[in-house]
Amino acid sequence: MLSRTASNLYWLARFIERAENTARVLDVAYRVSLVNKEPGVAEREWFAPLNITGTLFPFQGNYSVVCAEQVLSFMALDRDNPASIIACAHQARENARAVRVHLTTEMWEVINGTWLELQRFSEQQLHAHPSTFFDWVKERSHLFRGVTRGTMHRSEAAQFLRLGSFLERADNTARILDVKYHILLPSLGDVGRAVDYYQWSAVLRSVSAFETYKRVYRDVISPIKVAELLLLNEDFPRSLQACLHDVYEIIEDLAPHPRAEVLRLAGEIYSRLRFARIDAVFEAGLHEYLTDFLRRINGLAGEIHDTYFRPPLTADADTA
Amino acid sequence: MSQIYNEMFQPDGSVRAHYKPLQDWLQNQPADRIEQDRLAADLLFRKVGITFAVYGEGAGTERLIPFDMLPHIFEGAQWDRLARGLEQRVVALNRFLHDIYHAQEILRAGKLPAELVTGNSQFRPEMVDVDVPLGIYSHIAGIDLVRAGDGEHYVLEDNLRTPSGVSYMLENRRMMMRLYPELFAQQSIRPVEHYPDLLLDTLRSVSPRGNEDPTIVLLTPGIYNSAYFEHAFLAQQMGIELVEGQDLVTEDRVVYMRTTRGLRRVDVIYRRIDDDFIDPQVFRADSVLGVAGLFDAYRAGNVTLANAVGTGIADDKSIYPYVPEMIRFYLGEEPILKNVHTWLLRRPDDLAYVLEHLPELVVKEAQGSGGYGMLIGPCSSKAEIEAYRRRILDAPERFIAQPTLDLSVVPTFVGDQQQPRHVDLRPFLLCGDKIQLVAGGLTRVAMKEGSLVVNSSQGGGVKDTWVLDR
Repeated sequence: MLSRTASNLYWLARFIERAENTARVLDVAYRVSLVNKEPGVAEREWFAPLNITGTLFPFQGNYSVVCAEQVLSFMALDRDNPASIIACAHQARENARAVRVHLTTEMWEVINGTWLELQRFSEQQLHAHPSTFFDWVKERSHLFRGVTRGTMHRSEAAQFLRLGSFLERADNTARILDVKYHILLPSLGDVGRAVDYYQWSAVLRSVSAFETYKRVYRDVISPIKVAELLLLNEDFPRSLQACLHDVYEIIEDLAPHPRAEVLRLAGEIYSRLRFARIDAVFEAGLHEYLTDFLRRINGLAGEIHDTYFRPPLTADADTA
Repeated sequence: MSQIYNEMFQPDGSVRAHYKPLQDWLQNQPADRIEQDRLAADLLFRKVGITFAVYGEGAGTERLIPFDMLPHIFEGAQWDRLARGLEQRVVALNRFLHDIYHAQEILRAGKLPAELVTGNSQFRPEMVDVDVPLGIYSHIAGIDLVRAGDGEHYVLEDNLRTPSGVSYMLENRRMMMRLYPELFAQQSIRPVEHYPDLLLDTLRSVSPRGNEDPTIVLLTPGIYNSAYFEHAFLAQQMGIELVEGQDLVTEDRVVYMRTTRGLRRVDVIYRRIDDDFIDPQVFRADSVLGVAGLFDAYRAGNVTLANAVGTGIADDKSIYPYVPEMIRFYLGEEPILKNVHTWLLRRPDDLAYVLEHLPELVVKEAQGSGGYGMLIGPCSSKAEIEAYRRRILDAPERFIAQPTLDLSVVPTFVGDQQQPRHVDLRPFLLCGDKIQLVAGGLTRVAMKEGSLVVNSSQGGGVKDTWVLDR
């Protein structure tokens, strides 16, 4: 298939997954802020979504205070913020327009309908019912995934869509888990208390893992087990290991030859997760481990670009 | 004022035979059924209409082209005669294109002034002595037909470069069959849905390597082009890749597309980009839509472009008056379809006549299209006519004039009332190893009362076109 088409499909999937996960991140911050009423702490929580999406600087350039209302506006409906949900939906649609030939009618209608509906959401609606908005974003993403599974020919095109989804999801799950680091670090006294419990369970709920946790561990919420589930569980579909397992399989299928660097990189990252022990991760530091992981999959994304989408011929060519 | 031909009704008010089934059906519908169908049509079309978008910046202001539910109907025998005339015309036009880029016999025979061809900016010297597969230049031709007050069909213009609109023809039919299946069950209406298959067939037949399974692509300027939907639609219907200039590269005068598995050779390019933009090394150097080296590969015969480079010379409005002469010269036949009488303002006698009769005439730029920059005398103010007169006097050779034709009318819904509105018709002809056309085309309708301008860029709408199979 055309390199540009592959690139558009891959980015289409990444932007949809990113919009969903941004909704999840904001949802964690919002849920946590509902319990944490201590002065100073409530505000600090709203730094987390900005820190993990790397948008603190642009935010501060346009908004005055880091608080629920302003962060929600910035991350959900601000068209000038390239990381916002509305900007992701727009990018997804632009990529979809370029590859309509490869999408089924139903897939296109989900993307286009999402974009049209999103433009009707007002700031007032968002602030009145933030969770309703996040749920809607997640539903649209689920719908797209379902329609894709249910209608799309399982061709190379479908593989590039899946590749984009899993890579973005791995990246995002790592960032969501890192929220914990950003929120909790200053208040060690909270560890083991009710607030701590609530914050870890909010992280679980944000990746739809609360019930899974209970079923797998049959135990109270503990940070080390939450991390184990989200990093190393091979059957939980949003865990890093599960995502990288699929990324590796897809690349194995798409690889130009068995010695391709892109395959080696994917295999290396997958093996590190496949054979990791959670206590070793915590000894080295969870935040440090996640930072290293993000650096590695960023390198993999670069290699995917060079292998399939080709290095740009002109200086201003862009992968997105 | 001459009389206006009504496609549905006789001058005495009775319905014409081929519109009778539609008329009976309309009269048997309860008033609210028609209204409900109109609402359903609106709703359905808005959904499909997303795809008819004219894409705007940012927020995506997307316009629909108005669709009218009352069809433009032809009798089978009448259509068959038109089809023969259209085929005759495109054969002659292709022969003309081959001739003027080779021996130029028609010029040597003095059938049309040489400077009109060789001095024309649409004549591409780069194409002289270039051989194209089967000698076909215009593989896809859209010939605009109108019916005047005398009931006769005339060719209004030939579109031989990158004619558009065929996706509307297909979508209009799909919509009508969805809304009114019973009308299609009652009478035998010739199909148009196989157009993409015929197009693919045509493109295959002009592959330079003559292989069984040539690689064919559709080259689009990209998603911001107003016809992008049509490009994507046709590529999808034919199952071929939709490429942009950046997806193609040339090496040793062979064209390749960049795929995830490396370079793949391309045999035929159905290009929807103008000549000027296809190759920055040969034509406009600032073009970012084209492919460097494409023209070299083309001239070497390693890739086929459809349509060929340089077809614009044959649909130039100053060449148009000579098409009947081409038919006689190349085919030794009398033209089946009539031309509209045309004054060339480069001729002093024609210029004098036209300047005296501006309020009655239509004046156009010889190389204009899309209904831009024309003067419709009877609909213009004195000031507009005087301003146009000054433009003509500046460069008379750039203009042609024609009598104001009273285009025929078809009933059209305006609110819940049927009102007569002017129409034209663009059938699409496909030229490869044979000439093919589907029975129908794109009917364009001027939605404003009395308006003669049917171009969608000027607020025109569209209708389904039926050819009855009898």
